[in-house]
Amino acid sequence: MSLSLFLQVAVGGLLMGLIYALVAAGLSLIFGLMDVVNFAHGELLMLAMYATFVLWQFSGLDPLLLIPAVSLLLFGAGVAIYRLLIQRALSVRFNRGMVQIFVTFGLAILIRGAAQFVFSGEFQSINKSWLSGRKLDLAGVFLPLPQLAAAIVCLIAFGALLLISRTEFGRALEATREDRDAVALIGIDRDRIFALGWGLGTATVGVAGAMLAGFYYVSPNVGANFALIAYVTVALGGFGSLMGALVAGLLIGETEAMTALFVDPALKQVGMFAIYLLVLMFRPRGLFGTM
Amino acid sequence: MEAVPARSAQTASPARRRRELVTGAVLLVLLALLPLPIHDTYTRNLIIITILFAGLAQAWNILGGYCGQISLGHSLYFGVGAYVSALLLTRAGVPPVFGMLAGGAVAGAAALLVGWPCFRLSGHYYAIATVVVGEIFYLLFLNWDFIGGATGVNIPYKRALGESWLWMQFRTDKLPFHMIVLGFAALAWLVAWLIEGSRWGYVWRAVKDDPIAARSLAVRVFPSKMAAAAISGFLTGMGGAIYAQYVGYIDPDSVMSGQLSILIPLPAVLGGVGTLWGPVIGAAVLIPLSEVSRSYLGGSGRGVDLMIYGGLIVLVALLRPQGLASLLAWRRRDARAA
Amino acid sequence: MPALLEVDRVSKSFGGVAANVEISFDVRQGEILGLIGPNGAGKTSLFNSISGAVVPDSGEIRFDGQRISGLPPEECALRGIARTFQVVRSFDSMTVLDNVMVGAFARHGRARAAMKLALETLAFTGLASRADTPAVSLSPAEKRRLEVARALATEPRLLLLDEMLTGLTPTEAQAGVALIRAVRDRGITVMMVEHVMEVLLPLIDRAVVLNLGRVLTTGAPGDVVRDPEVIRAYLGDRYAAA
Repeated sequence: MSLSLFLQVAVGGLLMGLIYALVAAGLSLIFGLMDVVNFAHGELLMLAMYATFVLWQFSGLDPLLLIPAVSLLLFGAGVAIYRLLIQRALSVRFNRGMVQIFVTFGLAILIRGAAQFVFSGEFQSINKSWLSGRKLDLAGVFLPLPQLAAAIVCLIAFGALLLISRTEFGRALEATREDRDAVALIGIDRDRIFALGWGLGTATVGVAGAMLAGFYYVSPNVGANFALIAYVTVALGGFGSLMGALVAGLLIGETEAMTALFVDPALKQVGMFAIYLLVLMFRPRGLFGTM
Repeated sequence: MEAVPARSAQTASPARRRRELVTGAVLLVLLALLPLPIHDTYTRNLIIITILFAGLAQAWNILGGYCGQISLGHSLYFGVGAYVSALLLTRAGVPPVFGMLAGGAVAGAAALLVGWPCFRLSGHYYAIATVVVGEIFYLLFLNWDFIGGATGVNIPYKRALGESWLWMQFRTDKLPFHMIVLGFAALAWLVAWLIEGSRWGYVWRAVKDDPIAARSLAVRVFPSKMAAAAISGFLTGMGGAIYAQYVGYIDPDSVMSGQLSILIPLPAVLGGVGTLWGPVIGAAVLIPLSEVSRSYLGGSGRGVDLMIYGGLIVLVALLRPQGLASLLAWRRRDARAA
Repeated sequence: MPALLEVDRVSKSFGGVAANVEISFDVRQGEILGLIGPNGAGKTSLFNSISGAVVPDSGEIRFDGQRISGLPPEECALRGIARTFQVVRSFDSMTVLDNVMVGAFARHGRARAAMKLALETLAFTGLASRADTPAVSLSPAEKRRLEVARALATEPRLLLLDEMLTGLTPTEAQAGVALIRAVRDRGITVMMVEHVMEVLLPLIDRAVVLNLGRVLTTGAPGDVVRDPEVIRAYLGDRYAAA
């Protein structure tokens, strides 16, 4: 095996890892805030990809330019989901943990059905954009531009999330997370914060979905696979930790790439899952987890 | 996940337990007679699948409901049971009646192996670890050529043996399989009934509600979880073996997919986790509904069935968080006669 | 009186912060011992060491002459040490009777025997009328009583009560005091952490005062509250002036 092939695969893993990290960051944010695992996370990613696809079809604009619109749409979807479903799920007296799992899971099936209804089950993809098909040649290592752009956008999004966590709103998020009941006393509306937190988490997925749509096919079932990786990434990094999501995403991306290269492409996911289980044996709350 | 009430509280008085056993026996007889006036294969098949899932959900309930360990990887035990039984039959000529027990035993052992590392994790970490373990084995089975890989295992009808209970093969008649799945579901229900009235039932619920308090009362938490996992895995594996024999063909997609890991607990969750009747009621409502909506609306491939199914899950989870079984309010007003 | 529990130079720190430093004292068979001290004195940490919830860094705890430090909580419970929690930990999906039955199963394998013991214990603790109530709908005072009942059902020889009377109304606290006396009259040794001094002092036989993780003094309750060091450390200037 040549060095350039190895580098090629390593860089590919890195680029994919950043996408995984961003998808996971949205999930982790919601979890960290209110201890809810959103099992419809993959379907929201799928929605973001379809939104990008449809907007691209109608406007002909490049997916890169559609990021703000798509993330805004997803922000709205996140707030709506919180207000309509999650807020209620959090207030039930019985089985709260299980109700959360199955409300979001039911929502996932609902969204998947709706996507099938509107778009049918076929694979579709954005075949014309500024970047599609272009590559950057770095001393024999080719970087596909859509992926590279996606990775850069992911890094920017991570930066933005870190900045947000330092603002007034970010501190309110943090306070709400620390003590749900106490914040009510200092005049913070818990449900408003949670709704915005959901919006932010899903908007993050919106960014990831818009970028992913630039080089990945779209179908009603595309979310499931990314969602599983996102859960693994979040658990590996530690629920609620932004930094954990980033590190774990990269680790997962690299492990996937290396397993495909050295073991068997068909088993690439086994590699990443095994790494995850291995880490959890030593750190039951993930790499950066405190909860 | 917080320690929240997961079961409408009620102490099992001897009188109530007897009444439950009688109710169970009556229901068993009624279900045994149910297919007699029904002759179309579609309906009979639907009833068989419903009863099978009632048994599987009950098996899950033993670990997830009573002991509170929300496993989302039960497809592994189902698949292991199916594969062990099917391979013993096709490769070694072992009758499925024994293969079913072997499949259950291997699945129970698998549950112990999975539990050993995973029970150290709590809440969502545990749930996701079980998803991952299930997914790993799905992928491994998919790529393991020795056991047929993605092609799966075909269980041929052996003409020489004819219709046989020992070999669990029946050419056209679905009635024997109806009795077999009914026996399986009754077994799972009986195990749950026995657990509810025994030390294990109390101790497991204590582990679910608050493991720290449970330990201060001399409860051994880890062995409790392991025992629940082994029983749950065994029963799930048995169900998988029966399913393999019933459909005559298995592959990783049909017996080990992650989707199955959700389908197995779903009736228990909708019916009422940690209750005796929850899985039964949940399966009776859910399976026919999803099958009917799939066959009437799913044909178009337009996802209407999925929308109805998903919407229903959301509605029941929100409106009846303690499960449909709680609608039977008479059970709660019971006076204790100790 | 022979020592039932011996705490022998026990130290424990959490992340560099010393919670207990070289703590030594005895709990005598049949007494009610009060463990007092200001917040952060290391009382709950010591409770956790005795009940097996944490392992001391050094030193030894002996129960009935046998070393128990390092044993897991379930083993300590089996040997006869029962406890309640500062923040109530009831099994909320179960009835009051079911809660107590979990404790009773520590000694009785069969449901019938466990239920009999649990019902007796409920009668003893005054919760008999609440047997079929879901634990989640009890009042705070009743929940504390439930924790005592559950602990008693394990048939302990030593009962550790962590702030059982804190936050109760005076009437409820007096009922709690009566219950603790009744427990002791059954021959069960009691060791309790408490903040409500005026209720505690008449109840206990001896007091161990902790401050900053160390034993400040040990003695009869009347004597320790007059100790100037104790007044300064625990009761504060408010009482020192009085």
